[in-house]
Amino acid sequence: MRILLPFVTALAAAVSVQAQQLSGTGATFPAPIYQRWSVEYNKQVPSIQVNYQSVGSGAGVKNFLQGVVDFGASDAAMTDEEMTKSPCGAVLIPATAGSVVLAYNLPEVKNLRLSREAMAGIYLGKITKWNDPAIVAANPDTPLPATPINVAYRSDGSGTTFVFTQHLAAISPEFDEQVGFDKSVTFPVGIGGKGNEGVTALIKQTPGTIGYIEFGYAEQNGLSCAALENKSGQFVAPTPESGAAALASVEMPENLRVWPVDPAAPEAYPITSFTWLLLYKKYDDAAKLKALKDFITYGLTEGQSLATGLGYIPLPESVVAKANAALGTIE
Amino acid sequence: MSAPAAAKDALTAPVRTGPDYFLWLCGAASVGAIFVLGWIFFEIFQEAIPALKEFGAKFLTNATWQPNRDRFGVLPFLVGTAATSLIALLIALPPGLAIAIFLNEDFLPKPARQFIRFVVELLAAIPSVVYGLWGIFVVIPLIQQLGSWCAERFPNVPLLAGPAYGNSLLTASVVLALMILPTITAISRSSLVAVPRTLREGSYALGATRWEAIFGVILPTAAPGIVAATILALGRAMGETMAVAMLIGNSPRLSWSLFSPSGTLASLLANQFGEASGLQVSALMYAALVLVALTLAVNFAGEAVLRYTEKRTAGIR
Repeated sequence: MRILLPFVTALAAAVSVQAQQLSGTGATFPAPIYQRWSVEYNKQVPSIQVNYQSVGSGAGVKNFLQGVVDFGASDAAMTDEEMTKSPCGAVLIPATAGSVVLAYNLPEVKNLRLSREAMAGIYLGKITKWNDPAIVAANPDTPLPATPINVAYRSDGSGTTFVFTQHLAAISPEFDEQVGFDKSVTFPVGIGGKGNEGVTALIKQTPGTIGYIEFGYAEQNGLSCAALENKSGQFVAPTPESGAAALASVEMPENLRVWPVDPAAPEAYPITSFTWLLLYKKYDDAAKLKALKDFITYGLTEGQSLATGLGYIPLPESVVAKANAALGTIE
Repeated sequence: MSAPAAAKDALTAPVRTGPDYFLWLCGAASVGAIFVLGWIFFEIFQEAIPALKEFGAKFLTNATWQPNRDRFGVLPFLVGTAATSLIALLIALPPGLAIAIFLNEDFLPKPARQFIRFVVELLAAIPSVVYGLWGIFVVIPLIQQLGSWCAERFPNVPLLAGPAYGNSLLTASVVLALMILPTITAISRSSLVAVPRTLREGSYALGATRWEAIFGVILPTAAPGIVAATILALGRAMGETMAVAMLIGNSPRLSWSLFSPSGTLASLLANQFGEASGLQVSALMYAALVLVALTLAVNFAGEAVLRYTEKRTAGIR
């Protein structure tokens, strides 16, 4: 039987379509949903196997440009400069989206609200106590302790840091000047944890800590998240709905690369971002191209229904339509 | 022909022909090791060239590390590396040496000593990520309490100044101390064992007490081994990555306080390499070069001290 097995598998493969392997590397943030898509899609179409390795956005772009993968993935998309370096062109496909939350550990405080001034002040090291007037002003009915604020950030380079600092730089000129934004920056205060799990551990461990992490992470770990003040002055808690409102508020440009850096809609959560799949413009192998297109089409349609359960935000219809159109241009 | 000569002839009788493959194998292995070290050095150096050109020696004295502004200076990480490993050594050396002496003297029956020795050496077998986890759950809360207490009592002492963090220089040092303890104990003990019995007996015969024998004769004789133990431990502490990255707070800011977050060269590399691009990669490689140079320097210094003390104590062996 054991000797027969490879033979049978080979025969089955020859009779049906030849098994098609697709490999991709990139961002860690969307890895859970991509891997779930891969498993679910493989159940529907056993001949296609997608292997996604979460090595980080930077490494994803690197591998993509080296041409060693079939697709890449990045939270920071790709810069124009990077796109020109690609051997066979590059197409960005927004695949899913997520919010970055400010999770905190104050056992007695349930619904903390943070103004834009307070949020930037905390990460600039100017607001150091929980009962600072800037925080109290937004939480008149909540007694806040006079304890120091323990600031936590990502010590490793990360798309989460990119999205978070991009927002802070947009709302605070001082933050923009002093810290700026990127996948790894240097904050003037706080302690660094490695990965979402590292920051989550820092928050859980010490009362009085605040840190930025992915929404899904905060939810899984039951952390309280602050409601943040958005552009129209509303305090909005992170939910799939408020995230979707932020996504809907931006117009997708031609290259599909856009960040809702500071969404204006009153019900929009202020820190939300797309994450992208990186595809080449041309694939030599027609069978591979078809498999890749089929898989991504699955992700953009049926796959979106898995988003909410995993802590992501489903893409708005208009974005899906544009992403599908972009997918069609690949040959 | 005498009997031994005949035996010798019998041993060498079957004359071997052809090349000596065993010699080749051993030679290739040794040359290979040297080659790999050179290769690593070359590769790191080559990647570091853009940063070397851009920053030169200022890289070592500049205290700002801002990847998004392309400003790179490793002074805080250099200080963090030196501070954590030296403090760890300071904490681990006295008990490490004490254990080694205790295990070498007959205070306890042999099986008990064997058991203690076994347990101490087991500490070396624990993976560093487990040390990191243990540090998170046990050491961080303790250091945080200690830090808050110190910050309240001695607000004007820069070394103990607040705000006290759990993820701090001292936390990393304490866990590092535990990690290097088995190295210190094991190597010190074997050098104590190697002290000739005649020396000990001689000192007793001259009327020395046990403590006089230990501190006046045995320890000085074993000094080269103890120095070697210290140096190896220092090297391990400087290069340790995972546990430190989990505990030190990964901050690129300089601070005097033991209770403030800090960073080391190794933890910087572990944290930032994955997502680095452009000049940052090169700057990280430069940092790696500094780390390698530092560990090599420590090992050379150790070797030098070892030879010097060996020469000095050669007469009494």
